[in-house]
Amino acid sequence: MNAEESYEIRLKVNGRTQHVTAPARRLLSDALRGELGLTGTHVGCEHGVCGCCTVLVDGAPVRSCLTFAVAVQDKDIRTVEGLAAGDGELHPVQEAFKECHGLQCGFCTPGFLMTACALIEQNNDPTEQEITEAIAGNLCRCTGYQNIRAAVRRAAEITRSDKR
Amino acid sequence: MIPASFDYVKASSADEAISLISEHGDEAKLLAGGHSLIPMMKLRLAVPSVLVDIAGVRDLSHVEDRGDHIAIGALAKHRSIETSDLLIAQCPMLAHVASKVGDPQVRHRGTIGGSLAHSDPASDLPAAVLALGGSLIVQGPNGQREIAATDFFTGYFESALAEDEMLTEVKVPKSPGTNWNYQKFNRRAQDWAIVGVAAAQVDGAMQVSLVNMGSTPLRATAVETALASGASAAEAADEAANGTEAPTDLNASPEYRAHLARVLTKRALEASGVE
Ligand SMILES: Cc1cc2nc3c(=O)[nH]c(=O)nc-3n(C[C@H](O)[C@H](O)[C@H](O)COP(=O)(O)OP(=O)(O)OC[C@H]3O[C@@H](n4cnc5c(N)ncnc54)[C@H](O)[C@@H]3O)c2cc1C
Ligand code: FES
Ligand code: FES
Repeated sequence: MNAEESYEIRLKVNGRTQHVTAPARRLLSDALRGELGLTGTHVGCEHGVCGCCTVLVDGAPVRSCLTFAVAVQDKDIRTVEGLAAGDGELHPVQEAFKECHGLQCGFCTPGFLMTACALIEQNNDPTEQEITEAIAGNLCRCTGYQNIRAAVRRAAEITRSDKR
Repeated sequence: MIPASFDYVKASSADEAISLISEHGDEAKLLAGGHSLIPMMKLRLAVPSVLVDIAGVRDLSHVEDRGDHIAIGALAKHRSIETSDLLIAQCPMLAHVASKVGDPQVRHRGTIGGSLAHSDPASDLPAAVLALGGSLIVQGPNGQREIAATDFFTGYFESALAEDEMLTEVKVPKSPGTNWNYQKFNRRAQDWAIVGVAAAQVDGAMQVSLVNMGSTPLRATAVETALASGASAAEAADEAANGTEAPTDLNASPEYRAHLARVLTKRALEASGVE
């Protein structure tokens, strides 16, 4: 069998374009964690169930374990590392998860933060139902979800007051 | 879980995609949202040696008013179907069913074309297009043909698509109003249907289809015949499992699925205005 072909993959992550050399089967989650060292994106189930690996692709929440890196070249990819400002100031969703105890072990948290971030960018005044539906693709084994929902609500509130 | 290796080619048009799959034969597969194909590749149930990425093909994610029907590009994502104002007004059942597929992350990647081409009897959108009496436009090296949804699903994960054909468009009749319903029964929120029932009134007749009640998405012909001869919702729903061969899995036995089909059909018919 021939050696596996490598691809030069241009990934624009958190505003910075980087080059990764990898085979076509390299998953976005593995490229982020392995090639780019961005281990904030967590990998739980690896088959599209838990939502831990959620990142934003052109603003939409997407499972990076079900996306090939080569297929999202030049798209705008955002990961949890891109949330806080350069000076360390937390993003409203991070601030809110901290305030509302929206995490325990933290394994699921990067996925929830990105999913919540996408929701709030589209709708900064979501109803309870909209919040529940938005986070339905993310599993958490610790919190029981109540504090996560409270955190999303709070993040929307912080975002609205920042805008004023 | 890492798929077997493959060569990757990006197609920028339907013509290019079709010539690439014709060239590579059954070694090649089209990649749309990847949300059915990548899980199968991870389990090595699919081992294509070439993937032709069609996600970037422009002009195939439209949702357009074409007089008596709506035309939807094969690459339209579940999310854009769910939120299309045109579909919400003119074919609300399809928009609603799209909103019931998986979770937000799935709906932001998965496409209607991928969902139909995959022909999974447990999928939601094939049943919706079947109940609506829609049709599919497919393109091959020798041009286009139109296939009625009722002729498209030929077997377990098998469709009428030839190896060198690509699904380009889905057509559904306009069916505004409230005479429709979709019942999706599952135990966990956002999960696949254990059984589902879609009902829609199109041109005065009630059309009903079943999810996960056989090796393909199915029209509930026994229910439709009963309704046409004046049966009530409850009487017609009693026929829902007739002629079906429901699968058995960890979630349900065939008997339980037959029971669900009858109960859900009654609910769907009543919610669609059948007395
Ligand atoms: C966690 C999870 C939950 C899900 N839950 C549900 C659910 O509740 N209900 C449901 O219905 N679905 C569900 N899905 C499946 C989802 O809807 C898929 O996106 C969809 O079935 C396939 O669309 P795709 O664009 O991702 O296709 P792909 O995975 O890219 O392709 C699927 C197959 O179709 C072929 N193909 C794709 N596009 C075309 C085309 N235009 N012409 C010809 N062949 C084509 C491919 O070659 C491949 O064989 C779920 C998926 C995941 C990962
Ligand atoms: S790791 Fe991607 S969904 Fe679980
Ligand atoms: S905080 Fe532990 S899994 Fe969510």
